[in-house]
Amino acid sequence: MIEFRSVTKQYPDGTRAVEDFSLVIPSRKTTVFVGSSGCGKTTILRMINRMVDPSSGSIQIDGKDIGGLEPVALRRSIGYVMQNSGLLPHRKVVDNIATVPLLKGVKKREARLQALELMDTVGLDRAFADRYPSQLSGGQQQRVGVARGLAVDPNILLMDEPFGAVDPLVRSDLQEELIRLQRDLDKTVVFVTHDIDEAFYLGDQVVILKKGGHIAQVGSPAEILADPADDFVADFIGANRGKRALHIEETATGSILVDDDGRPAGTLTGSVPAAGGRAQP
Amino acid sequence: MNWVVQNASYVGDSALAHLQLSIPPIILSFVLSVPLGWVANRYRPVRGVLLTVAGLLYAIPSLPLLIVLPLFIGTGLRSPVNVIVVLTLYGMALMVRSTADALEAVEPDVRQSATAVGFSPWGRFWSVDFPLAGPVLLAGMRVVVVSTVSLVTVGGVLGVNGLGLLFTDGLQRAIIPEIVTGIVLVVVMALILDALLVLLGRALMPWTRATATPSRRAARRVLATA
Ligand SMILES: Nc1ncnc2c1ncn2[C@@H]1O[C@H](COP(=O)(O)OP(=O)(O)O)[C@@H](O)[C@H]1O
Ligand SMILES: [Mg+2]
Repeated sequence: MIEFRSVTKQYPDGTRAVEDFSLVIPSRKTTVFVGSSGCGKTTILRMINRMVDPSSGSIQIDGKDIGGLEPVALRRSIGYVMQNSGLLPHRKVVDNIATVPLLKGVKKREARLQALELMDTVGLDRAFADRYPSQLSGGQQQRVGVARGLAVDPNILLMDEPFGAVDPLVRSDLQEELIRLQRDLDKTVVFVTHDIDEAFYLGDQVVILKKGGHIAQVGSPAEILADPADDFVADFIGANRGKRALHIEETATGSILVDDDGRPAGTLTGSVPAAGGRAQP
Repeated sequence: MNWVVQNASYVGDSALAHLQLSIPPIILSFVLSVPLGWVANRYRPVRGVLLTVAGLLYAIPSLPLLIVLPLFIGTGLRSPVNVIVVLTLYGMALMVRSTADALEAVEPDVRQSATAVGFSPWGRFWSVDFPLAGPVLLAGMRVVVVSTVSLVTVGGVLGVNGLGLLFTDGLQRAIIPEIVTGIVLVVVMALILDALLVLLGRALMPWTRATATPSRRAARRVLATA
């Protein structure tokens, strides 16, 4: 469990990126922070591994205040994946994945073997092991990034818009892969995105943020969709328009669901629910 | 050609002496510039001062510096130490800037992710920043090599052993082949050292030649067979 207790971060130039932020992030679930650019998502995420230290307030991991932990050791125990992978361009794929185990003193042979296994885990052909990151596609690089994040088998995995820079088809592949991984690995995943669809797809708990890291709403995707806290949230998730505003239309051959633009979105399976039910997309 | 054959051992000795005077400043200026360049890159206000001093240093003509420096460091005018110190200073004047630029050019994303996965500051410098600065450092060192080899000749005016002696002696005694030999050997030595440096760079930085993506390489293969 990760707990933020009235955390504020003011950068040296005076920017108050996060103000009085409190939240509990449950273990072994995926929590997604979603909000527009500049609202403080990265700052919040980086306070978990002490890349950024709060100006006031405290953060606890499993009841322990991380302010007293040694930052380098803390970071080595937490997986971190970022946009544009952040891979080391001068190291081969296999060595990139083995980075943190090597830092922790695991023998080179052993670390490489383990890295090859992780390539299987994230769905990367072992043939890429001896390539440099620049010789991989964007989607492949992100898989390497995820494998590197998993290399020390951390309890916590931080992901900062990891799929933001790859094209939509590859992105949905990666999202599915993450869900599959999470089913097997059961990590505490903290995921940052500006894409509400991604947030609803991946998140067990979704946190919608406004500027300054103010929480607009926290809840499961179903809770948020069914009952947006205010107009800001309703507008942000597009509850009243587009493909989220579905209604039933009778056709000659049966009922279908139609979105706000009049495009068929799907059919209802099972019995037609009473008002307030949730439709399958 | 006759002259060279007749004076082979004199020419050989001069070339060797020239090389012996060139190598130490090349290595020293690199080793000393790395920490200074790091400081210049890390602490913004220091950067301006360091780079200005370096720039001014390079603007001082070499002959007067060679003559004046012994007054400060107490070496003899013709001592190799004098030449080595002066050339190291010139090398640093070039390399401190190159190092600062090289470190600045390292991608911030890569630096931050290295910190995020748990490199200590010291470990990150040696494992990430320094190797990634390599290509720009190499470019800087290539200039230092050529500049140092050519500047060693100035020592000849003071009578310091080296290929510079072939100019001064050749001029005094009007032996054209001696002068030409001096010029050719300086250029050849600079080119050889430069080539060695490039090879060293390739051996140490294999990733710099692996930038073509597989798809691009495949495309090239298609183009080549078409
Ligand atoms: N190192 C920094 N120094 C000063 N301001 C910063 C720094 N990092 C982020 N900020 C500012 O803090 C705010 C939140 O940034 P960030 O956490 O990166 O947001 P997000 O990840 O949601 O885009 C922005 O206004 C940004 O400009
Ligand atoms: Mg961000």
